[in-house]
Amino acid sequence: MLIQWLRLRRTPGVRPVPEERPGPRPAPWRRHDHDPTQVPPRVARLVEEFGDAVQPVLPVFRNDATARVAREKIVQICRHLRDQEGFDFPTDLCGVHTPDGECLFEVVIHLFSTDHHERLRLKVGIGPGEEMPTLTGVWAGMNWHERETYDLVGVPFHGHPNLKRILLPDDFDGHPLQKDFPLKG
Amino acid sequence: MAERQTILEHGAAPDPIASETFEINMGPQHPATHGVLRLLLTLEGETVRSCEPHLGYLHRGVEKIGENKTYLQFIPYTDRLDYLAPLAANVAYALAVEKLLDIQVPERCRVIRVIASEVARISSHLLWLGTHAIDMGAVTMFFYTFRERETLYNLIEELTGARLTTSYTRVGGLTRDMSPEFVQALRAWMPHFAGELVEYGKLLTRNRIWVDRTKDVGIITKEQAIALGMSGPNLRASGLPLDLRRAVPYLDYQDYDFEVPFAEDGDVYARYMIRLEEMRQSLRILEQAVDRLKPGPIWADHPKVVPPIKDKVLTSMDELIHHFMIIAEGMNPPVGEIYQAVEMPKGELGFYIISDGGNAAYRLHIRSPSFVNLQVLETICAGQMVSDVVAIIASLDPVMGEVDR
Repeated sequence: MLIQWLRLRRTPGVRPVPEERPGPRPAPWRRHDHDPTQVPPRVARLVEEFGDAVQPVLPVFRNDATARVAREKIVQICRHLRDQEGFDFPTDLCGVHTPDGECLFEVVIHLFSTDHHERLRLKVGIGPGEEMPTLTGVWAGMNWHERETYDLVGVPFHGHPNLKRILLPDDFDGHPLQKDFPLKG
Repeated sequence: MAERQTILEHGAAPDPIASETFEINMGPQHPATHGVLRLLLTLEGETVRSCEPHLGYLHRGVEKIGENKTYLQFIPYTDRLDYLAPLAANVAYALAVEKLLDIQVPERCRVIRVIASEVARISSHLLWLGTHAIDMGAVTMFFYTFRERETLYNLIEELTGARLTTSYTRVGGLTRDMSPEFVQALRAWMPHFAGELVEYGKLLTRNRIWVDRTKDVGIITKEQAIALGMSGPNLRASGLPLDLRRAVPYLDYQDYDFEVPFAEDGDVYARYMIRLEEMRQSLRILEQAVDRLKPGPIWADHPKVVPPIKDKVLTSMDELIHHFMIIAEGMNPPVGEIYQAVEMPKGELGFYIISDGGNAAYRLHIRSPSFVNLQVLETICAGQMVSDVVAIIASLDPVMGEVDR
């Protein structure tokens, strides 16, 4: 029987169960001794690199590093984060309808690093009549996220290879995650 | 007769049938699509030339509901995301809202949540194994795994009062404490199940038909998997040992002794092996968690969020007011936004919640693992046989409840 045996491996370095702990562990978001009024290092590096195109969001809420990014630079910044900073895992992309805010929409991108296991949140403001540049060129996995964001929130994406509705029928009228969408028909 | 003569005269004429492509719909009502997934396959003979998934047959607008229900009222909707592991989704949502409110639950509550998550993981993987095998024609496996699932569902019923729609967690605690009967039944079941797992391996792992159907089918490379944002066993089968229980620990998972299995082949067989090993590791976690279970409170000490004890509600005015405020009005987290992810049986389930200070989320986004994992179908199905598409879907283990949301 010519079975190629699978090379199944397990991660090394299994930690032993500690017998006695000095006290209860703090919650994960409290674990890092980080001052919420300070810019997190991963955002600070980004500001150094791109200057005005990146605005850190302060104070840091629950230890989630967040940066506001200019729409024109987003593709360039994402490529930099992927190649230079190790944020290679496209966790999520979603849109928020903010009719009372500065912009009409906010596109929120969550990145993760498979190497150093940190998260980074980028927020891009999209005004009326503006289009969000597609990130499918950086990560293929952004394809369906962007289709969903277009479908449910109504954010237009520029340069997307297949910008169609994904969850709702093609002839659906409106975008249900907009704040003025009626709850009852 | 005339045609035959032409072929004879002109030598190898192009076969008019071979070059013809045609489109068929696989699903939405197809037993191998595990729900209401519809694939538009372009076929050339029996070879798939392209595959276009069509989603949305189970879309319920859960994210819109999340913006219009209070944080407590949304808990039952989390059952209906991944309906094969509702307990784990309950835990994920509770953790997200607790992060928003900055609440830490007590030790006993955390241990019970770990037990709930791991029971859900085993239950989900068992269903995957049974249905995957049935898709490949191995019907026997289904009966074995569903026998164990029945025991697990009885356990879940003992724990939560419901078999499927558990809604077990609350923000800052749990609906009810774990009973000694549950612990006893779980302790009795674990050694039995460890033996069952060996049997499953004996049935399939070296089975020639199984290996032929799954080996080198639907290969996903590590680079592809990362670029697509795949997570869970599908990612680990492609060579990256990324498990959020280890990478970004929550619920004190860093104190448990378990290993993260990963393989480098990235094919259907590798994904099978990974999930089989994961059940073994979940069993290890369960054994440690049960030993760790000490008497203690299961609710956090946070009167604005945690409802008062029922006895006091019926006798004391203040407690009654508090009870009504929490149930009817809900809780008001501070203004801010959080992203909290946990390792579900399918992969990374994340809740992104924006709070504007009100009693409902301003925006609640669910990053569901199956939705992201399914994207790979567009890439890897091309060039495969139709029967292999069935194997690939089954090995990705999608749940349409959380794909369509």
